[in-house]
Amino acid sequence: MAAINRDDVAHLARLAHIEMSAEELDRMAGELAVIVDAVKSVSEAAGDGVPATSHPIPLSNVFREDVVGHTFTAEQALSGAPDSDADRFKVPAILDED
Amino acid sequence: MSTDATLSFEEAMEKYDPVLGFEVHVELNTKTKMFSSAPNVFGDEPNTNVNEVDLGMPGVLPVVNKTAVESSIKIGLALNCKIAESCRFARKNYFYPDTPKNFQTSQYDEPIAYDGYLDIELEDGTVFRVEIERAHMEEDAGKLTHLGGSAGRIQGAEYSLVDYNRAGVPLVEIVTKPIEGAGSRAPELAKAYVAAVREIVKNLGVSDAKMERGNVRCDANVSLRPHGRERFGIRSETKNVNSLRAVEHAVRYEIQRHAAVLDSGEPVIQETRHWHEDTRTTTSGRAKSDADDYRYFPEPDLVPVVPSREWVEEIRQTLPEPPAERRKRLKQDWGYSDLEFRDVVNAGVLDEIEETITAGATASVARKWWMGEIVGRAKNADVDPGQLGVTPATIVELSKMVEAGKINNKMASAVLDGVLAGEGTPAEVVEKRGLAVVSDDGPLLEAIDAALAAQPDVAEKIRGGKVQAIGAIVGGVMKATRGQADAGRVRELILEKLGVTA
Repeated sequence: MAAINRDDVAHLARLAHIEMSAEELDRMAGELAVIVDAVKSVSEAAGDGVPATSHPIPLSNVFREDVVGHTFTAEQALSGAPDSDADRFKVPAILDED
Repeated sequence: MSTDATLSFEEAMEKYDPVLGFEVHVELNTKTKMFSSAPNVFGDEPNTNVNEVDLGMPGVLPVVNKTAVESSIKIGLALNCKIAESCRFARKNYFYPDTPKNFQTSQYDEPIAYDGYLDIELEDGTVFRVEIERAHMEEDAGKLTHLGGSAGRIQGAEYSLVDYNRAGVPLVEIVTKPIEGAGSRAPELAKAYVAAVREIVKNLGVSDAKMERGNVRCDANVSLRPHGRERFGIRSETKNVNSLRAVEHAVRYEIQRHAAVLDSGEPVIQETRHWHEDTRTTTSGRAKSDADDYRYFPEPDLVPVVPSREWVEEIRQTLPEPPAERRKRLKQDWGYSDLEFRDVVNAGVLDEIEETITAGATASVARKWWMGEIVGRAKNADVDPGQLGVTPATIVELSKMVEAGKINNKMASAVLDGVLAGEGTPAEVVEKRGLAVVSDDGPLLEAIDAALAAQPDVAEKIRGGKVQAIGAIVGGVMKATRGQADAGRVRELILEKLGVTA
């Protein structure tokens, strides 16, 4: 059984900007461990002879030529924005970063 | 804003040994972005150089810009790096509105270039080797403007406006290994290193390399340790130091600040620092925290980049002469003394002098004009010499006028002022300001040419030996110069011109 405690879950929740109640943290600590174990069974199936890969298809060097394609107008770009000003996305001030 | 205590630089150096490290971000000047075909252009209207990929819309797929990969390989090779046989992209996860995807596509465990070095020449000619850890590909973030509260500062801002034109612009991040042994020359080395990187990427043609536009941005890491200790001290990282002068000042300031902290017996806090050009100090950004857990993982939407050895060698063949080698060659070609050449380099007019020589001036004439006339004017105008508006053609024309005796050096300087004031070409300025040396042969020769051209039959007679016919030509010249010419000298010059001995 993977060792995932309540603090690990709280940490992940904070990183992922997910608000979780005390009960949810308790429950998720148990459930996450089970999920991780389930995923882990894949590595057992693969065995030693199969190298790790980050991509399922054996492709490389998929490139695009450096040629300008389509763009949005500012109006189109902002059409889904909750708020905007002066053709720019308007967001709440966030203080803990530069 | 609280002011941190500092020691004098000298005292800090007596007690401590600085260790530096740099992360330099270079914006590539490709036509399009790293993963989208939207244009990579500076200064356009907000949110017009974006498409669905740059805005991180659901379901979109990034595709790698081949030219950006090629430029990254060029940078790697110019930094004497090994080029990876295979490398991949990774997601760097964080929440911040400058990145609409909530992750930056970067490289983590497999950078495209690694294990390089750069030999940095300090002003007195000392060469210092800086080891390069890696150079990796990534994308730039959008630009935030903080509004409300104290203008421009994030502290007290009420909201921020985001322009994603810069989001997705190709970046190469160059990371050094810890730089030890610079001692009191650390600030100078910092400046020289960033200058060298900027020069290299400019010379490669892969970046516009304008620091004032953020094409080259430097994060400077500084730590101190007592002399003789091997283990590094705790470092601070001063972000976005965006001019060469600021890099030098920021490193110097951080050394002085760290020394005061260590002297007080407190530990240095590992944190980012913000550089303030106005006060030449840094202030605390934020401490390293949970938020720095970026949970990198391989980018599933992009396949590995596998630069074939043939491709890498092909690219290597196209690399221009490295700037340091070029300087050596030019110094020899031009025959300048060590001091003369160093002054030229430090004045930042190497390119300008080379262009002027290519345009037809001699090495000494080009140096005389740039160093003697133009650098001073540029300083007064507070611009780079190259930005003053003096073209090589102007200098060649001026020096020809001086050589021909049409104007003297003092007048030439005044003519240059006229050209810079927008009065036209040197010839036009001479004309308008009436600066020509009339007693000189120059203007006479012009008038003689005109008179000969106007009376070709007379010219022919003189050539044929009928020297007495010269009166008609002399008359024409006297008329053209409104009697200001010396008729005897005019006569001599005409005969000389026609190759006739009287």
